[in-house]
Amino acid sequence: MDFSWMAWTWPTATFFGIIFALLGVMAFWEYRVPGGNPRVGILRFQTTRGDRLFISLLGSGFINLAWLGLVGPQLWWSLALSVVYAVCVFRFV
Amino acid sequence: MERTLNNKAWFLVLPVLVLVAFSAIIPLMTVVNYSVQDTFGNNQFFWAGLDWFEDVLGSDRFWNALGRNLIFSAIILAIEVPLGIYIALNMPKKGWGVPVCLVLMALPLLIPWNVVGTIWQVFGRVDIGLLGRTLTALGIDYNYVQDPLDAWVTIIVMDVWHWTSLVVLLCYAGLVSIPDAYYQAAKIDGASRWSVFRFIQLPKMGRVLLIAVLLRFMDSFMIYTEPFVVTGGGPGNETTFLSIDLVKMAIGQFDVGPAAAMSLVYFLIVLSLSWVFYTVMTNQGQETGK
Repeated sequence: MDFSWMAWTWPTATFFGIIFALLGVMAFWEYRVPGGNPRVGILRFQTTRGDRLFISLLGSGFINLAWLGLVGPQLWWSLALSVVYAVCVFRFV
Repeated sequence: MERTLNNKAWFLVLPVLVLVAFSAIIPLMTVVNYSVQDTFGNNQFFWAGLDWFEDVLGSDRFWNALGRNLIFSAIILAIEVPLGIYIALNMPKKGWGVPVCLVLMALPLLIPWNVVGTIWQVFGRVDIGLLGRTLTALGIDYNYVQDPLDAWVTIIVMDVWHWTSLVVLLCYAGLVSIPDAYYQAAKIDGASRWSVFRFIQLPKMGRVLLIAVLLRFMDSFMIYTEPFVVTGGGPGNETTFLSIDLVKMAIGQFDVGPAAAMSLVYFLIVLSLSWVFYTVMTNQGQETGK
């Protein structure tokens, strides 16, 4: 099959590769420890592992966009900030 | 939490997953690919990096359209929710009036969006439209094609006409589910009409009202067809919302890269709102034990 119409590039392929790898890890985690580990964190409502991943990815998107709009196109620091944010979400939310 | 013993049932959702992949995931991945490239057609792409995202985030065009979207949604909610509650409170609860009112309320919801737009586009015209000609005959200077305020009023009234019924029907469903015992108790206590509304009807309508507010917010935030048919985004760009601007950019100008970047930012905003919708709904359900 020819996928040239999708205009793939290495950076975007890497991006999606990481997203799918994360989903794979989450699926494996769920297989090993079923139930999603629901808990009530600082947001005062119940979240599962999947919810926490979603909140992490969504928040990271906004962090990177805000950095791009306010600081500039070098996103390494915002990427590091996103990782810290994701760790905090998985720890406290 | 019960332990899941058999995960094989997940294979049953595979057909849906394939369908969603073809209709949503693969097109979305393509949009992401387009957002970092430029093209002049002929399936040739040139790497642009984050340029389009920078352009979008730094452009007045995007922020103005987003601002218009937010203002439109706020006005729509401020009108449709109180009006919907008021109509629902005054609808009959028994007798032949119930089906008549329900059918009348459901009618606007059954009309396709582009037909609603066409109806109001003709209705508001000053040369042949009933509304336009009547207002002109009354001495009111109304012309939605040239005047931004008239254009805004027209699309707001059109949306109110089209979608208030949804709020009415949801509120009515909440109202008829209140047991008579509550009203009897209020009567014995000598509660006023306002107290009955404030302490019985409004709390009991809470959940459906929340659904109504969130549905109307999300739908008005993504509105495209009706204002596009009526005003085409004009006069000037006065009624150009994000979705209209996006189509202009992607199809009208064939700026696929900037349009892809803009649509991803738009998608993130809509996704956030959808998540809020889902979270509030599910937590509300858990609190009420439903």
